[in-house]
Amino acid sequence: MLGRLTWDALPHGMIASGGAVSMVLGVLVVMLVLTYFKKWKWLWQEWLTSLDPKKIGVMYAIVAGLMLLRGAVDAGMMRTQQALSTGNSHGILSSDHFQQVFSAHGTIMIFFVAMGLVFAVMNLIIPLQIGARDVAFPFLNSVSFWLFVAGMMLMNISLIIGEFSPAGWLAYPPLSEVAYSPGVGVDYWIWALQIAGIGSLLSGVNFLVTIIKMRAPGMTLMKMPIFVWSCLGSLTLILFAFPILTATLALLALDRLLGMHFFTSELGGNPMMYINLIWAWGHPEVYILVLPAFGIFSEIVPTFSGKKLFGYTSMVWAIAAITFLSFTVWLHHFFTMGAGANVNAFFGIMTMIIAVPTGVKVFNWLFTMYRGRIRFTTPMLWFMGFVTTFTIGGVTGVLMAVPAIDFQVHNSLFLVAHFHNMIIGGVVFGMFAGLTYWWPKFTGFTLNETLGKWAFACWLIGFLLAFMPLYALGLMGATRRLDHYDASLGWQPLFIVAAIGVAIIGLGVALQLTQFGYSIWKRKENRVTGDPWNGRTLEWSTTSPPPFYNFATTPHVAERDAFWAVKQAGKTTLAPAENIYLPKNTGAGIIIAAFAFIGGFAIIWHIWWLLVLGLIGILVSLIVRLSQDEVEYVVTASEVAKLETQRRKQPA
Amino acid sequence: MSNTATPTTHLPHDTTAKAAFGFWVYLMTDLVLFATLFATYAVLRNNTASGPAGKDIFDMPYVLVETMLLLTSSFVAGLAMLAVYKKQKNLVLALLVVTFLLGAGFLGMELYEFNHLVQEGHSWRISAFLSAFFTLVGTHGLHILSGLTWLAVLMGQVIRKGITMHTTRRLMLFSLFWHFLDIVWIFIFTIVYLMGVA
Repeated sequence: MLGRLTWDALPHGMIASGGAVSMVLGVLVVMLVLTYFKKWKWLWQEWLTSLDPKKIGVMYAIVAGLMLLRGAVDAGMMRTQQALSTGNSHGILSSDHFQQVFSAHGTIMIFFVAMGLVFAVMNLIIPLQIGARDVAFPFLNSVSFWLFVAGMMLMNISLIIGEFSPAGWLAYPPLSEVAYSPGVGVDYWIWALQIAGIGSLLSGVNFLVTIIKMRAPGMTLMKMPIFVWSCLGSLTLILFAFPILTATLALLALDRLLGMHFFTSELGGNPMMYINLIWAWGHPEVYILVLPAFGIFSEIVPTFSGKKLFGYTSMVWAIAAITFLSFTVWLHHFFTMGAGANVNAFFGIMTMIIAVPTGVKVFNWLFTMYRGRIRFTTPMLWFMGFVTTFTIGGVTGVLMAVPAIDFQVHNSLFLVAHFHNMIIGGVVFGMFAGLTYWWPKFTGFTLNETLGKWAFACWLIGFLLAFMPLYALGLMGATRRLDHYDASLGWQPLFIVAAIGVAIIGLGVALQLTQFGYSIWKRKENRVTGDPWNGRTLEWSTTSPPPFYNFATTPHVAERDAFWAVKQAGKTTLAPAENIYLPKNTGAGIIIAAFAFIGGFAIIWHIWWLLVLGLIGILVSLIVRLSQDEVEYVVTASEVAKLETQRRKQPA
Repeated sequence: MSNTATPTTHLPHDTTAKAAFGFWVYLMTDLVLFATLFATYAVLRNNTASGPAGKDIFDMPYVLVETMLLLTSSFVAGLAMLAVYKKQKNLVLALLVVTFLLGAGFLGMELYEFNHLVQEGHSWRISAFLSAFFTLVGTHGLHILSGLTWLAVLMGQVIRKGITMHTTRRLMLFSLFWHFLDIVWIFIFTIVYLMGVA
């Protein structure tokens, strides 16, 4: 009746139970608060069923933020373990639990934090920057978001029911096969990623069509803001890479569920094929995450330097080159596989080549700053922190692109330091810069600068303390994922420094949370209307926060930095409004995702009747929704005009 | 940005162009998915362990009949689209029924083949080759099944609503999907079956 699910699935051990209990309590508290303030209906009507990309973007950011906290707790546990667990001490975690923690940390940070933040900014910014009122397929957008949430919930429920994968964030076979990992952990990993990944794929289609088909009149491709260009590169990669992930996860699932032999070490299965496939997705994924961050910096640097972006065309070509080249380097993740000298040489050279367009971008940003009137605001600090750490990471990356060197540092903490350099220094700093930069766009008030600068300082110092020692440790021979090491190795001092670094990052996170709270409390002091930073692109041409229809009149674009051009020419008069067509809210997205969650849970625990129920639920809700014809409503021109006058009279 | 109120170029009610482009992009991602499965099949096709190879189990005349059913189904779907553009509702329905039956015939034959192989002891558990075979061909079969479900729903819509802007758009997307599956099948027929017995 319940498949593999029994009472034994509930957590044992203090730390695991503590995590589970605090998560359940957290959810209960939120539900109680919502009930006490009678906010359920408001939540459902204004947020959960909304098809407005601005609201979906905010929800993405909230989910990703919560997951960042969980991933950071995992990181703290790992660093504590490694700082303590040497000689006779075995630290705070059992080795089995430690394995689950590092698998969960990587999975959460990439899939539910970084991807979530990328989709948050895409939802929030792309429509506004291209002068559109919506995305191409608003309902699909809602489905994507809720599938992301369903995957996130599966991932987190493994903390309470059962266990998470002990097989690392990419679940290499044969370890992840049923012969070596018979529990539900790997299944949780597979289905959490599969469901969230399908959401990402659908978002990829949606936003690509949005950018190609819905730009404001006059905005030719070469007049698009660079952020939109970098998203276009990232989306193209999603379209080519995520189907590979879908297929690969499905094949691993077939191995585990039906006894197939794709990646087993018997009857002709080929584990190395999995490594190839997962990195054929995994390497482009790195650029899927970092390209939008590059795009954010390409908006911030010109704005705060008071100059137009240096080398727009070369930026576009750099993005295009990175997009293409990112599919030609995946083998550098496993030079040690033994593919032969020529194959390794090819991928080594391609890896070095991809550093060239990235270098072009770095120099373009620096030349944009050159002789500019730079304002050292928090977003600009994040940029300068990024450019330093990211360049260090890039240099160590090129170092590892040499196969002979890679053989020495493969799977060592040197590698761990390198990719954290790229992901934290690149993606996370980029997203924080974007968050600070665009926060007033959606709230109508700026974030407190003092707290923001302190948070940045903690992040930068903490980051350097946490990861520079790992380079040294890696060269000293420390491999990744160690839950214990011999005292005579003399590694402990460096591990302690790294743990202190994580604590300082933790302080930075606490300061950021304080910053949000304080800025919301004191919001009246930091009120802005449309354009707090003297921005250059279309999103700043409408009020902050924007009305639900974004623009009363469709903007017409004559040149790059469209809003800057308008400001220079001094024409900001209100144009007459027009009839606006917008999608009606629908609960279908959340319902479909709920059934996907049920189906995912059922297949993990082998509860077949529940799986059938989940699939039928998805099918029926899809058919009902897709048979509806009247999915839009009209805001007439006169209503728009009325709303506009009201809105401009009392700013936000 | 000029300040004249020109009507927007994207007419909000007719979403056909956006939908067609979007669906086309989706089909390309589906193609990448199939490409991945083809690649795994190519890697594993000689890994028969102690089980049979393709030439031991493929019944070519049977597969040819199957292929003909699918190609004809696609052709009839094309005819149905011509009738849609002429708004001949009854003809559309008749042709869609034929499309459906031919597609269902294809799926039935495939299931019969799968069942036969399993009965003979050649299930997907036997070797990596058979795993890859069942997965690649079966994924195409699953697509056909979703196509048939979609088609059934669309026939219901045509009966209830007639040939409207919305049903026309949906039928157009369906026919894109159906032709796409045809193309994938041609590759399966060539790479799995023809090259398997060669």
